[in-house]
Amino acid sequence: MIDKICGSALEALADVRDGHTVMIGGFGTAGLPNELVDALLAQGSRELTIVNNNAGNGDTGLAALLAARRVRKIICSFPRQADSHHFDALYRSGQIELELVPQGNLAERIRAAGAGIGGFFTPTGYGTQLAEGKESRVIDGKGYVLESPIHADFALIKAERGDRWGNLVYRMTARNFGPVMAMAAKVTVATVHEVVELGRLDPEAIVTPGLFVQRIVWVERQATSASGFKQAVAA
Amino acid sequence: MTNRWTRDQMARRVAQDIHEGAIVNLGIGLPTLVANHIPADREVILHSENGVIGMGPAPAPGQEDYDLINAGKQPVTLLPGGAYFHHADSFAMMRGGHLDICVLGAFQVAANGDLANWHTGAAGAIPAVGGAMDLAIGAKKTFVMMEHCTKGGERKIVPACTYPLTGIACVSRIYTDLAVIEITPDGLRLVDHVEGLDFAALQRVTGVPLLT
Repeated sequence: MIDKICGSALEALADVRDGHTVMIGGFGTAGLPNELVDALLAQGSRELTIVNNNAGNGDTGLAALLAARRVRKIICSFPRQADSHHFDALYRSGQIELELVPQGNLAERIRAAGAGIGGFFTPTGYGTQLAEGKESRVIDGKGYVLESPIHADFALIKAERGDRWGNLVYRMTARNFGPVMAMAAKVTVATVHEVVELGRLDPEAIVTPGLFVQRIVWVERQATSASGFKQAVAA
Repeated sequence: MTNRWTRDQMARRVAQDIHEGAIVNLGIGLPTLVANHIPADREVILHSENGVIGMGPAPAPGQEDYDLINAGKQPVTLLPGGAYFHHADSFAMMRGGHLDICVLGAFQVAANGDLANWHTGAAGAIPAVGGAMDLAIGAKKTFVMMEHCTKGGERKIVPACTYPLTGIACVSRIYTDLAVIEITPDGLRLVDHVEGLDFAALQRVTGVPLLT
């Protein structure tokens, strides 16, 4: 019998190794799998490359992982936030590597990895600093930049409900990076607030089919907290 | 010196140019105000990069749900007909040319429509780009909403951007506290300006010759 339900977050992350690339879902706090990030902190692996839209908020979760010097490199689109002081300090003192990626390119590079695409030409970033060192090409009169897929060893995501085959549905904008990260990792671990019997999720409404998910951890529902209000790009 | 449009007046002026049925993405900060000024009888669909279309107004106090937020991570609501989707689909909507209008803030806009709004390039500044580059080049029309000059009085409409670029030749209109300016193949054309503003005075604070 296929049963992807794991007893605990720590058990689900037991085989994360030093040097692994770990994707973490979430846009700010919506969709951020807090329990899995806490378990990663407790689990002890080092020299990690983290893929997330942001670079941690406040002093807990991803920010705590950074503060514990467990992250060698972060791939993200928007590290600078009102409460990103741990990242800011590490970056300014040269103790963390940053690969800054426009948000849509980040999502598409993750999707490409999951879809078996070796690279793609995107108009986003063409002619800017973020395209330097990358191949550019003009196609039908429009400029494009060659971008490569981002693969991961683990993806840690948050969903709403799941079943023992790994099928998932999400909640509102907490969906964000979850479905594409689930596709791009060798091992995807999803937290859910409800584990349902096989067949109870409406097949027309399943967002992530179970083959993209290896492990499911049930966690108690807690209201998502406010955090990380983005500073205006320009006033 | 002269009259200036307030932030709300600027937002109302942008809203005038958003047509019935438009799919619109409003950037962080000043552009967010535009939502408050769309006439009630005009059906406009608001998209946010984090996977929602059909956004409604802010929830009543006490009704906030931080699983339903906008790009600025502020709580919002969903209108009937609205939908959620994942990030790759959300940015396909931008990059694929499915949005009619996006409204963005800016540090600088150049004569040819180049936009600089993500990074000052200053030493020690932490770069952050978010969805700005995808939005700038993706929407059918990119409107910029900004103060005409910096707080220090420097021009923000310039012959060529000195800050790092967000996108090339992507801006179609600029809405400032003094004027509305269209970027055309012939140059920058003055569309509208605050009442009582002298053209010579406007030209002095604009780093590019204006056509009338």
